[in-house]
Amino acid sequence: MGYHCIVCVKQVPDTARVTGETMKADGTVNRAALPAIFNPEDLHALEAALEVRDQYGGTITAITMGPLGATKVLRECLFRGADRAIIINDRRAAASDTLATSYILSRAVQKIGDFDFVFCGRQAIDGDTAQVGPQLAEKLGLPQVTYYERMVDLNERTARMRRNVGNGWEVLEAKLPVLVTVLDTANEPRPAGARKMMQFKKALTAQELEREVAADMKDATDEQRTEELARRIETLRMNRLLIDQWDLDDVDGDLQWCGLAGSPTKVHRVQSIVLTKDGFKAIEPTEAGVRGMIHELIVDHTLG
Amino acid sequence: MIEPNRKGEIWVFAEQEDGALCDVSLELCGKARELADELKVPMAAVLPGWNVRELSYRLIALGADKVYYVHDTRLEHYRTLPYSRVMCELIAKHKPQIVLYGATPLGRDLAPRIASEMRAGLTADCTDLSIGDYTESKTKKVHKDLLLQIRPAFGGNIIATIINHDRWPQMATVREGVMCMGDGDPRRSGEIIEEKIEFSDFDLAVKLIERHREERKINLKAARTIVAGGAGVANKENFQLIHDLAGAIGGAVGASRAAVDGGWIGKEHQVGQTGTTVRPALYIACGISGAVQHRAGMEESAKIIAINWDKEAPIFSVAHFGIVGDLQTVIPMMIKAIRERA
Ligand SMILES: Cc1cc2nc3c(=O)[nH]c(=O)nc-3n(C[C@H](O)[C@H](O)[C@H](O)COP(=O)(O)OP(=O)(O)OC[C@H]3O[C@@H](n4cnc5c(N)ncnc54)[C@H](O)[C@@H]3O)c2cc1C
Repeated sequence: MGYHCIVCVKQVPDTARVTGETMKADGTVNRAALPAIFNPEDLHALEAALEVRDQYGGTITAITMGPLGATKVLRECLFRGADRAIIINDRRAAASDTLATSYILSRAVQKIGDFDFVFCGRQAIDGDTAQVGPQLAEKLGLPQVTYYERMVDLNERTARMRRNVGNGWEVLEAKLPVLVTVLDTANEPRPAGARKMMQFKKALTAQELEREVAADMKDATDEQRTEELARRIETLRMNRLLIDQWDLDDVDGDLQWCGLAGSPTKVHRVQSIVLTKDGFKAIEPTEAGVRGMIHELIVDHTLG
Repeated sequence: MIEPNRKGEIWVFAEQEDGALCDVSLELCGKARELADELKVPMAAVLPGWNVRELSYRLIALGADKVYYVHDTRLEHYRTLPYSRVMCELIAKHKPQIVLYGATPLGRDLAPRIASEMRAGLTADCTDLSIGDYTESKTKKVHKDLLLQIRPAFGGNIIATIINHDRWPQMATVREGVMCMGDGDPRRSGEIIEEKIEFSDFDLAVKLIERHREERKINLKAARTIVAGGAGVANKENFQLIHDLAGAIGGAVGASRAAVDGGWIGKEHQVGQTGTTVRPALYIACGISGAVQHRAGMEESAKIIAINWDKEAPIFSVAHFGIVGDLQTVIPMMIKAIRERA
């Protein structure tokens, strides 16, 4: 028995850490200067899955889509008890909006196959859209339970879950499989386990291993390197330390629904908010003074 | 997805709960009316529910030419799948060019589900909408009269304008309180069109087992703008000025402890060390001296306006705009300036 859970996680720039130092001279954000972190609500999604497994048994597969550096969040999942980790990494997936992202994730979830729950964080802090969860549910043909707070009852193929709807809560009953988006008030994510950290800090994808081999064996022939790579991949696989790496072909992704082509929304213009804490402006207590200030606030979108 | 349809209507999803329309839907009617006038097409509201036909008149008063009313017991309480079915069927049938939703918990659950099924674009949490042209950077092809969807992004550090030129309808969710709610004209006339929608077993498979609603508490933390009054407001009658300004901007009302202690407003409105800590896009402090305990709760606001007749008041040290003057004359000027631009 037990339940098979898939958890979708994302690596995001820590937008809460935008300070004077992370701003460029022109007032725009220097994204590279922001630390890359585990999207906060995705940790709660992982915890929700771990709670299901703690109580009923089963497996947890963590997936992420992103650059290879995002395997860091997958290792974080392994440190906390995930059984398997998969990264979807493909240049052709770049510039995907939420719709294209959910399509690609749906292909990966379908490739994994046998599952009972898909857990996502409610939203990611770099976009705050909360759209990928519901869109992924639709693409998979699953019912969705958003704003999950806790499992009320899980009985064979039927789950009762409590969700927080802002001005109250409700309990929904859904048949499995179901997609759930998790709030940060749902649980207290457990810390990484010390033993698991020792064990999984070496978990890598094949491509990361290839880079490692290239660095370690600068003077070797291609043949020797290929051989060494195959050996290391096999060692990792045997120790269950190999992070699966899939591209769009592996998940049978139809390119017309991926990346820029698959994204109906396009960015037309971006304005940076210039952080000017020291900028103080005295406004005359006159109609003209007040009108000028209101105008300024409308132009910079402070007032809608 | 539907093809771009220049004759298509502008739609608002009319969110209601227990027979009451939610504010953001009413605010959206005014905006949708503006967009419809600019594009010279009709504006319509979609109202799913059970026994809520009379809400149509409010939507019409606020600008709707038509209300598509879907009356069904199974729509009494919101559930994602049947509501999504209603919207997808109606979009496929009537081909609106724009569909707007409130960025409420319900709207943010529903709209992406619809966008995915329709394979259409959706922009979350817009703070402004307008009509404009877009030129594709590669082909130089110009798309005229698109919906410009303006939203803060990247933790509020940038403002992005998003468009969707090919896979329609153009859809957006809009934050509560950023558009002004009109007074409405009860003499406006409009058409109520009843629609019937079939549901599959899958649409109805999720059951609502238990439902609990709390008294609508004010949520200062979520407010994008806050107008706060302090001891300088002087008495309860004058405190109406603070409500009026908040109403004009579409913001929430905050207060210093002195105003709460004066009994002019409830404790749940108090900002500061022993109240709520807020960081709205705009905080307007009226007649508040700016004691450290108050500042601790609001100095992280993105923009701060201080109105105080004492130019030495510490509140000015954290303000971006300072108005040295009597709040009783300055606030009415602000209300007037905001009304004029609308
Ligand atoms: C432990 C502790 C916790 C506290 N927690 C909080 C807290 O959470 N929040 C909080 O707000 N306070 C808190 N306080 C109280 C705080 O110290 C101040 O007493 C309080 O903030 C003062 O409120 P005020 O600015 O409205 O009043 P005042 O300090 O009396 O200021 C009134 C201001 O209005 C101006 N004014 C008067 N009339 C007009 C007019 N017609 N037009 C323009 N300006 C006018 C005056 O120039 C003056 O600056 C706390 C205090 C303690 C000791």
